[in-house]
Amino acid sequence: MKPALLTGKHYITGDVACAEGALAAGCRFFGGYPITPATEIAEHMAERLPGVGGLFIQMEDEIAAMASVLGASWAGKKSMTATSGPGFSLMMENIGLGVSTETPCVVVNVQRGGPSTGLPTQVAQGDMMQARWGSHGHYAIIALSPSSPQELFYQTIRAFNLSEKYRTPVLIMTDEVIGHMSERVEIPEAGKIEVFSRNKPRGRRDRFRLFSPVENGVAPMPAAGDGYRIHVTGLTHDERGYPDLTVDAQANMVGRIVGKIQNHLDDIIQTESYRMQDAEIVLISYGVSGRTALAAVDMARSQGIKAGLLRLLTVWPFPEAMIRSLAGRVKGFVTVEINLGQIHLEVERCAAGRTPAFLVGHAGGTLISPQRVVERIKEAF
Amino acid sequence: MQDLEEIKIIVTGFGGQGIIMAGRIIGKAASLVDGNESTMVQSYGPESRGGACNAQIIISANPIHYPYVDQADILICMSQGGYEKYIEQLKAQGTLIADEDLVNPADGDFDAYHVPATRMAEALGQKMMANIIMIGFLTAVIPAVSVNAARETIRHSVPRGTEELNLKAFAKGYDHGLAVLKGREKKAAGQTGAIA
Repeated sequence: MKPALLTGKHYITGDVACAEGALAAGCRFFGGYPITPATEIAEHMAERLPGVGGLFIQMEDEIAAMASVLGASWAGKKSMTATSGPGFSLMMENIGLGVSTETPCVVVNVQRGGPSTGLPTQVAQGDMMQARWGSHGHYAIIALSPSSPQELFYQTIRAFNLSEKYRTPVLIMTDEVIGHMSERVEIPEAGKIEVFSRNKPRGRRDRFRLFSPVENGVAPMPAAGDGYRIHVTGLTHDERGYPDLTVDAQANMVGRIVGKIQNHLDDIIQTESYRMQDAEIVLISYGVSGRTALAAVDMARSQGIKAGLLRLLTVWPFPEAMIRSLAGRVKGFVTVEINLGQIHLEVERCAAGRTPAFLVGHAGGTLISPQRVVERIKEAF
Repeated sequence: MQDLEEIKIIVTGFGGQGIIMAGRIIGKAASLVDGNESTMVQSYGPESRGGACNAQIIISANPIHYPYVDQADILICMSQGGYEKYIEQLKAQGTLIADEDLVNPADGDFDAYHVPATRMAEALGQKMMANIIMIGFLTAVIPAVSVNAARETIRHSVPRGTEELNLKAFAKGYDHGLAVLKGREKKAAGQTGAIA
């Protein structure tokens, strides 16, 4: 049997790198339903989990898949699922249950063209707003968007760490090209990988409160069977977890769910700056389009345009403060994404009319070429 | 990869011919054994067997940002449909390597090699290995990956128990490539002689 951590150099797809990242983070449960272009994650986990003492279940659909992931987390396991647009839509209600019950877990969306069945084998980034607001009610969530198989490996580990630390579902918003592309992935030794696991309660069991924050804005979390009498519900609940359908309880609960993320932005938000020192035109991008944007910055610079890139590894919570601090100081923002304007709307909001913001995007099916980005910059500025 | 900074390759054919596998072997050999940067993206339709598919490989001495191949230096075709779809993406004076029994190329501004890969694979008793024969031929005529890297990668990428036969297929393609190059040299030398 192979070990959980395959230290060494590999030439693998993003999907396989994602699965290996999950195993490296300690994931030992995968509940899923196959869908292009995320199937290879399930396939790889099905092959690997039994050998490291984990469990893989193919559920009857994505609604059940998401439910199984929440259940496994309450049984004390680090758990995940992976899907694409249509499955992501079906998971929405139970992602909300995970948010409400503050259940650590990781959901991977390998994005393809939508709406509906759309373009099963072709790339898009059209689910970014769904990631933010797809489940009903007001809440906050964490979503990461890596730009290479290597980054997908690391960001999957980070997704687990953040989910365990803040007791919340964490979304990995990757895409068909990153999921299916092969590139070198270096898996480090165990000592060089930081793994965080949820805090467990200590002390008197009768005094324990399941939703009373102790550290990182969250309460420790026992597993079913640890001997704590706990109640977990999707109804608005008090700090013991018991239903409390009042305005005050609602304000407390939603406030805590939003606050634990809003109060730790420095820890959660990760971005990468490329040639930003003297940049006048700031590209903003993420996921596979981040690669287009990198190439576009070099191309623009070679033509004398002072371009730079702010690449978002964390898309939600949105790095508002960063954009606000650039607004008014730079000539323009250009968001590069494979949709007709989603993260662009956030950039425009934070630019607040002080710097013009443009979109280079299309409805999906292929990558955006760097040439198109440079042409748009020349047109606009 | 000799003196070249960057090589872009498209491999195309039917799903089931091992097109993606060939792309992955080339990319992996370049990356893990030769120590270059390399990306391989694949595109295919909803069908896993029979539809047109392609693998796009970039091999570079530098980090690769944009992973699509718009204009290829080398186009390897194992089906007529793939040829028709991607010939436009072959650079002027690029190299076409086509299965001579499956692809009937028109004349164009490119250097064409016609390789009986599928027929040679059938002679080996394994039609499935035509892709490996193509890799052998490529390695002989273009220094995209080293011979050692290609052989090592094939050994570790094919199903257990088929290593020797696959390496034999690689050698067939490689030897054929060397023979074709030699033939071209002779022809070129002969022509020079005739003119002189």
